[in-house]
Amino acid sequence: MFKKLTLAALVAFGLAGGAHAAGGEAHVEDFKFSFEGPFGTWDQNQLQRGLKVYTEICSACHGLQYVPLRDLEKLGYSEEQVIAYAANFEVFDPELDDFRTAKPTDHFPANTAAGAPDLSLMAKARAGFHGPYGLGINQMFKGMGGAEYIASLLTGYTGEEKTEAGATLYENHAFPGGWISMAPPLYGEDTEFDDGHSNSLHHISADVAAFLMWTAEPKMMQRQQAGFVGVFFLVVLSVLLYLVNKRLWAPIKRKPTA
Amino acid sequence: MAGIPHDHYEPKTGGEKWLHSRLPIVGLLYDTIMIPTPKNLNWMWVWGIILTFCLVLQIATGVVLVMHYTPHVDLAFASIEHIMRNVNGGHFIRYLHMNGASLFFVAVYAHIFRGLYYGSYKAPREVTWIIGMLIYLCMMGTAFMGYVLPWGQMSFWGATVITGLFGAIPFIGEPIQTWLLGGPAVDNATLNRFFSLHYLLPMVIAALVALHIWAFHTTGNNNPTGVEVRRGSKAEAEKDTVPFWPYYVIKDLLALAVILAIFFAIVGFMPNYLGHPDNYIEANPLATPAHIVPEWYFLPFYAILRAFTSDVWLVQLASFVTGGIIDAKFFGVLAMFGAIIVMALAPWLDTSSVRSGRYRPMFKWWFWLLVIDFFALMWLGAMPAEEPYASFSLIASAYWFAYFLVILPLLGVIEKPLAQPDTIEADFDAHYPPKDEAKGAGAATPAE
Amino acid sequence: MSHAEDHEGTRRDFLYYAAAGAGVVTTGAAVWPMVNQMNPSADVRALSTIRVDVSGVAPGTQLTVKWLGKPVFIRHRTEDEIAEAQQQEEAFAAGQNVVDTNARNANLADSAAPATDANRTLPSPEGQPAQAWLVQMGVCTHLGCVPLGNAGDFGGWFCPCHGSHYDLAGRIRKGPAPENLPVPPAEWVDDSTILLG
Repeated sequence: MFKKLTLAALVAFGLAGGAHAAGGEAHVEDFKFSFEGPFGTWDQNQLQRGLKVYTEICSACHGLQYVPLRDLEKLGYSEEQVIAYAANFEVFDPELDDFRTAKPTDHFPANTAAGAPDLSLMAKARAGFHGPYGLGINQMFKGMGGAEYIASLLTGYTGEEKTEAGATLYENHAFPGGWISMAPPLYGEDTEFDDGHSNSLHHISADVAAFLMWTAEPKMMQRQQAGFVGVFFLVVLSVLLYLVNKRLWAPIKRKPTA
Repeated sequence: MAGIPHDHYEPKTGGEKWLHSRLPIVGLLYDTIMIPTPKNLNWMWVWGIILTFCLVLQIATGVVLVMHYTPHVDLAFASIEHIMRNVNGGHFIRYLHMNGASLFFVAVYAHIFRGLYYGSYKAPREVTWIIGMLIYLCMMGTAFMGYVLPWGQMSFWGATVITGLFGAIPFIGEPIQTWLLGGPAVDNATLNRFFSLHYLLPMVIAALVALHIWAFHTTGNNNPTGVEVRRGSKAEAEKDTVPFWPYYVIKDLLALAVILAIFFAIVGFMPNYLGHPDNYIEANPLATPAHIVPEWYFLPFYAILRAFTSDVWLVQLASFVTGGIIDAKFFGVLAMFGAIIVMALAPWLDTSSVRSGRYRPMFKWWFWLLVIDFFALMWLGAMPAEEPYASFSLIASAYWFAYFLVILPLLGVIEKPLAQPDTIEADFDAHYPPKDEAKGAGAATPAE
Repeated sequence: MSHAEDHEGTRRDFLYYAAAGAGVVTTGAAVWPMVNQMNPSADVRALSTIRVDVSGVAPGTQLTVKWLGKPVFIRHRTEDEIAEAQQQEEAFAAGQNVVDTNARNANLADSAAPATDANRTLPSPEGQPAQAWLVQMGVCTHLGCVPLGNAGDFGGWFCPCHGSHYDLAGRIRKGPAPENLPVPPAEWVDDSTILLG
């Protein structure tokens, strides 16, 4: 009968987990990302395109202060390319007590100029998925939905705007409340990709969202790998222990030993 | 250790005798690991070992995380990101620690409800039960303070709200709150002391766990029948028991491996499932998140806290009688702590002479209703404080108290229990007949 | 009957050993990350090689940079200093004030290479005089103090802690220090950038 309890417990945790973001639900489109699910992997080209979009557009207002520039080597760039890329930024060096050109060992600079939030962890700070039935278990296969939220937000502008208390708000059907203070940052064809990939609004939004998922969880692949190794070892161990346990108890339970 | 008669450790070689006459630690370990254990324990008796493992896991990963964490309001959030990005395997260790807390509470709730169903709290195991409740309280304190350390938005606002509970205490509330926080609001002083206490409390838990084990090794384990092991002679006791090693060690390890496989799947593939996205935003004392929710394991008691609002007649009565000293806020705090206190008092509130719920036909129904009530409260705790959830919370909270304060005392008087087996051996033999008759029925239901 | 029992005993033993083995492997796999986390983290490892821009280091000056938590002296010698270093090497070869004859240069394949000026200095980029650049750790080999530049009896470095005198090639010539200042792994990335480590 306690199996029921265990089952009920699982359901209840689902409820608890899923109920977190109840209320004010906005529309989040379910983009298909290559990194979703236990077997997901990064699409390196997509991440590189996303970096380009971030660099040319987002970085004007948003920082990535927790992301080390050296990590870009993991997106397939060479050391020289990363050095050249880092030189685009100026960082404050407390040892010099002055600003200097950024090096790969520095982080992306913070950017608080426009009061825009830092994007390092944005894809984990928003959850797009709570299904099915608020259980949130589809995260196992779809991820948290943070990247979907970002992409939906970027494509979710309706074109309407209003002025409230001196601030211009833009209607966006992915944003909770429906009105956001960020002007539409992307319109499609905002940049050209070297690999000739489509630069429509939909694609460009997905690319930058994927990149931001990477900045938020750069160790996702290592984590999944460790998870697989752990589950594999433990399943093998469980089977062996099951057999040992059965054999051990057989004489006590007076069952014929198989 | 007193209790069930069994073989004790006998030092044989000269070296063993030399040590034993000076420090009988081998004997202590031998007696602990070879303790005669009722042979009819079912799978709900595995949670103790799971919990011990959780404590070890949390302490081990915690000690490691401390090596890279910085308890300062300006650096804490960044140091967590340092762990997640730079430290070798740090991301996985951190996720283990984070989800380990959830596993800990899954196991402790299963363990507590096991005890409630099989009457493990009843004489002579009241002390074991009380120590267990103290462990549970320490766990809640540890988990709460640990959640503050990443210094995210939920950390900060959770700390603000929960320490605000102490401010509800009449007269001395505000000085106590200030004393707890080390200032008028949650700030660096708070973070530092929580860090210190988060490291200290697990050591207290470890000590309490040792007492918990000592206590129930003195009284002997309870078992699904609630019938005590016979202690007339060693031969008699051996008919009811098997030694803990290897029989239950292997069984518990099997359960542990299966549960850890699920745990690793969660840590590997959806580590943020039980977390809150807002905690990936650095704490900002100037902006409150739209929806503050405690971690799932606090939700049932959080629901009780919020259930007693000023429009409840009981609250109004309490306020009237005490001349306004007990207001709705304080009443809620009292109710929340009271919910745990009534549970701790179960050994004295339950008047039934029968221990196990298996032989209590009426009790069973009320017990399962309590389980449903617990999950209902957990769900309600996550809902916004508005109708209809508020009314549901009140009903669910009322049942929680009614179960312990009214139903348990009354049931013992009015209930007519079923016949219990005379011995554990008889119960065991009913499942596993002594002769080879059971050969065909290989899938005989185990005692669960 | 007894034969069957023997057979069963073997199978039982195998099962027990397999389970114990799997348990040990699982435990071991859990312990390693706990040990490995104490090794240098990615940010620390990233600093184990640094690029130093020396375009601003004029002849006759020295740049001190921090590498692996310690100072590294990058000395750009003048023509006069190169000449003086040659004289010092001759005196060194003649056995005057010789303490350590090893080059202590991590860039040389031969760990026993003699402490000549050529073995101590960094090969110059094209178009610059030979033996113009000297890169060495700024840590006295006696007890770890940082020596002062342009000081001491030999015009090189002088450690104020216990009075060790180093010459223009960073060789220890007088005082308690036992070894020449070590030369770290260094190479030119381009004409104005040195890669340390």
